[in-house]
Amino acid sequence: MLLFCPFCGPRDETEFHYLGEPKARPEPAAEVTDAAWAEYLYVNANPRGEAREIWLHRTCMDVLVMTRDTATNATLSVESSRPA
Amino acid sequence: MSGFRLPTGGAIDRGRPLAFTFDGAPYLGAAGDSIASALLANGVRIVGRSFKHHRPRGVWGAWTEDPNAIVDVTRGGLTTPNLRAAVESLENDLAVRSVNAWPSAADDRSAVIDSFARFMPSGFYYKTFVWPRWETFEPMVRAMAGLGRLDPRNRPPADNPHVNAHCDMLVVGAGAAGLAAANAAARAGRTVILVDDHADIGGQLAHRGGTIDGGDWRAFADGVRAAVVAAGGRVMTSTTAFGVYDGNLVCAWERRAQLPDALWRIWPKRIVAAAGAIERPLVVPDNDRPGVMSADAALVYLRRHAVLVGRRIAVATNNDSAYAAAEALAEAGAAVEIFDSRADVPATTLKVTPSVVVEAVEGRSGVTAVKAGGRTHAADVLLLSGGWTPTVHLFMQARGKLRWDERVAALVPAAAIEGLRVAGAANGAFTLDAALREGHAAGGGEGPAPNAPPGLYRVTPVWPAPDAPGRRWIDFQSDVTLKDVALAAREGYASVEHLKRYTTLGMATDQGKTSSVNGLAALAAVAGRGIEEIGTTTYRPPFTPVPMTVVGGRRRGQLMNPLKRLPLEADHRADGAQMREYGGWLRPAWYGPDDSDLAIQREAKRARETVALFDGSSLGKIEVIGPDADKLVDFHSYNRLSTLGVGKIRYGFMLSEAGTVFDDGVTLRLAPDRFLVSCSSGHADAVAMRLEVWRQDRFDPRRVVVHDATAHWATLTLSGPRARDLVAALDLGVALDDAALPHMAFATGRFAGAPLRVARVSFTGDRSYEMSVPASRARSLRERIVAALPAFGGGLMGSEALMILRAEKGYVVVGKDTDGATMPHDLGVLGPRAQRKDEYIGKRSLFLPAAEDPDRKQLVGLAVEPGEQPLPTGAHVVEDAGQGRRSLGYVTSSYRSPTLERPIALGLVAGGAARIGQTLAVYHLGAVRRARIVSPVAFDPEGGRLHGGRADA
Repeated sequence: MLLFCPFCGPRDETEFHYLGEPKARPEPAAEVTDAAWAEYLYVNANPRGEAREIWLHRTCMDVLVMTRDTATNATLSVESSRPA
Repeated sequence: MSGFRLPTGGAIDRGRPLAFTFDGAPYLGAAGDSIASALLANGVRIVGRSFKHHRPRGVWGAWTEDPNAIVDVTRGGLTTPNLRAAVESLENDLAVRSVNAWPSAADDRSAVIDSFARFMPSGFYYKTFVWPRWETFEPMVRAMAGLGRLDPRNRPPADNPHVNAHCDMLVVGAGAAGLAAANAAARAGRTVILVDDHADIGGQLAHRGGTIDGGDWRAFADGVRAAVVAAGGRVMTSTTAFGVYDGNLVCAWERRAQLPDALWRIWPKRIVAAAGAIERPLVVPDNDRPGVMSADAALVYLRRHAVLVGRRIAVATNNDSAYAAAEALAEAGAAVEIFDSRADVPATTLKVTPSVVVEAVEGRSGVTAVKAGGRTHAADVLLLSGGWTPTVHLFMQARGKLRWDERVAALVPAAAIEGLRVAGAANGAFTLDAALREGHAAGGGEGPAPNAPPGLYRVTPVWPAPDAPGRRWIDFQSDVTLKDVALAAREGYASVEHLKRYTTLGMATDQGKTSSVNGLAALAAVAGRGIEEIGTTTYRPPFTPVPMTVVGGRRRGQLMNPLKRLPLEADHRADGAQMREYGGWLRPAWYGPDDSDLAIQREAKRARETVALFDGSSLGKIEVIGPDADKLVDFHSYNRLSTLGVGKIRYGFMLSEAGTVFDDGVTLRLAPDRFLVSCSSGHADAVAMRLEVWRQDRFDPRRVVVHDATAHWATLTLSGPRARDLVAALDLGVALDDAALPHMAFATGRFAGAPLRVARVSFTGDRSYEMSVPASRARSLRERIVAALPAFGGGLMGSEALMILRAEKGYVVVGKDTDGATMPHDLGVLGPRAQRKDEYIGKRSLFLPAAEDPDRKQLVGLAVEPGEQPLPTGAHVVEDAGQGRRSLGYVTSSYRSPTLERPIALGLVAGGAARIGQTLAVYHLGAVRRARIVSPVAFDPEGGRLHGGRADA
């Protein structure tokens, strides 16, 4: 499978590390309910088809937001996790 | 005897005879022979036995589809099992042995099994060997099953390269359609990779011939080859494109002369699959007799290998393609007679009987006569042509869909799929002119396609009724007959996937290349449905068997999962180190050739008495640098680090977001804006990655950076009561008095013109000095230390002794003394949870109800009587629970302490802190012992030795 890095171009999947679905970390801890925290930790949408995912390209160490089709493993779009 | 070699013709070199044996008997072949063609040239008719009934089998096909001639081949004393004789090139001095037969294929003692065939229907094994238990019968059935034998001495070196390649277009198959596609693409300037699994190009053209653009096809093929190369592409023969994967990655196995085979990972922009088609048998009675073979294969053996497969050849067909083969065989000298199931037959000079089908084939160990049209016709070979099955494997692996094309009686691709087009015979275009047109279009060709005289292919399948008389084979290798399919369908296995598994249809080594469509037609007839409706089983890579050595490539042995190596490995080995793997690093376990236990005990005892040198270079060393470095390390760590003074060191945990202990280690503050995060050896990559990910997620990446410096530094640690004296003797120019360099502080200096850092941290509980220098200076520093050791009674220490020392002190190894649920307070570290107001990784989880459960497993020590054996690591601490025992936890570390002269152990026990003083049962493999729950700190609980001087002080 080929994945895409906005800096390095198409690269083999073995260069990448999957980090999870994009989620806002609930804070501050004192104001977060048990349920909300558990949801942050353990509940994922895991869609079939178009999915937004956070990946790390381990060779350039950039954190990426990838939109992929989980049924075909096609990369639909990719951007750096932070604005240029 | 039936087949023989012709005096002229064929692509063989009669001047290079090759000697070989088959089942022990000597034969001669010629360069250019396959094993199968050489056997046929020598008149060998029985080349193997069927899998289930041990029926005699002759050569059916001339290439990868042949299900019968499976052989073990010994070359140079090493045997490779289960090769296909029709594919394998003959070499001098090969010893070839049939599989599934003993002592030989011609005289197989298990052939008697066939007498019981009528008692062995579909599902025979499932139905029979179930009482009292399958396991009773399994050894016997397994001994009889299987094909070739593995040769344990045959261990090919791991030297198969994996090659990545990119191209505009990959064309699979260099027959007419593939050549036309490659031609069109290359002439439009595209880079083309053209692969074919034969040693030459041409496909069917190579044995059927043909006229393209008014000349011999070879002129056209040469032009294509030149055009492909001129456009920057390549033509790869003896290369099998065996699988297509995500993103249209195609993997191909290249067989190379004088070089190890290669695995190609080809990333094309577009794929043209032009893999041709395979002739299928007619489902007539006794169609498995040796001497019954594919009509096309007989033509291949004639034209490629100059082998005439018989002298009196009967040809049974339902289509036009067999006529060319029949005429060529007659021209070569055989008496040929055609039986066509159709009334409307093509014009031919040969004797044709229209509207007849074969009713029986005679000859137990080889065809002697064919019964057709109510008459018996003498014959030594029966050729069957039941139509053609397109080779759609790559298309189907890419999740294509098929439709039944009545016109050509074949399953053909129903709709295009992204980036992959099927052309030529693989798409049901069975004439040369049509294949050229399809290939030209698939290659993006503009203008007229290469032309050929118009061809005609007509076929009218005659599927036998499910209850037709006689034994009619569908799958030759696994002995599946028409009756078996009918029985399976009656028993309810009406889905094609169930049929396959119940009858083993298509599960032989050829994966149904000749049998699938006949099986589907039979099932369709029983079920009263169309073939398209029945559908096919799932196609998966590989198209043909690929050696695991090729798939594995060079990633074998140490390269499978490369170890990390210490810069001082050679020095350790020179001193007798026994190297073992710890967390992915190869490190000294102990020193000396003697018994490991004695050496480890000696090293641990000496470290407590004098001083020991330990190589800590593998510990993670990750620098966090920048004005916001303090913010990042605070968030990353359970213990607050921003309050750490420059020159000071703090120990702490890193948690997962679930609040569990992810790793531990010390952090040094090198400067106000510079921290050095040290972590355990096995976690350095993961800790560096975590820091980097959070840096980008949560902080301003311009104000903090992460740099993994683990490999840059070597760290040599001296520990023990004489450690300070020894360091002083090294004369490093660093002030060592405790006021200047107290415990949990570090000093910097220079060593051999490079930076030096001396840190007072301890994983032994004794006064320790960690000296870090750039890896390039490691040897000089070590040599100086080793020279000084004897004067202080010191010695070398490996990882095993260190494990004892740290366990005596109750220091944990994360992942050994913790499990996936251990939180910092389970290890007795409560401060940050109570005190920190700011955010850090895992914080919220420490306040979930589960985190406050009083029954959480907590770190404890476990004591037994001094004379007892150490507790087994992994043994369960148990309590009585009515009917049985309940586990309270388990032993995580257990050693014999040479200093305390008794066993010590650490464990995780539910509510352990409150149980200190209790004696509990410890259960292991049926034996129960008693152990007292104690503090994890077995040695020097006051901690005085961290600051101690001499052993006698």
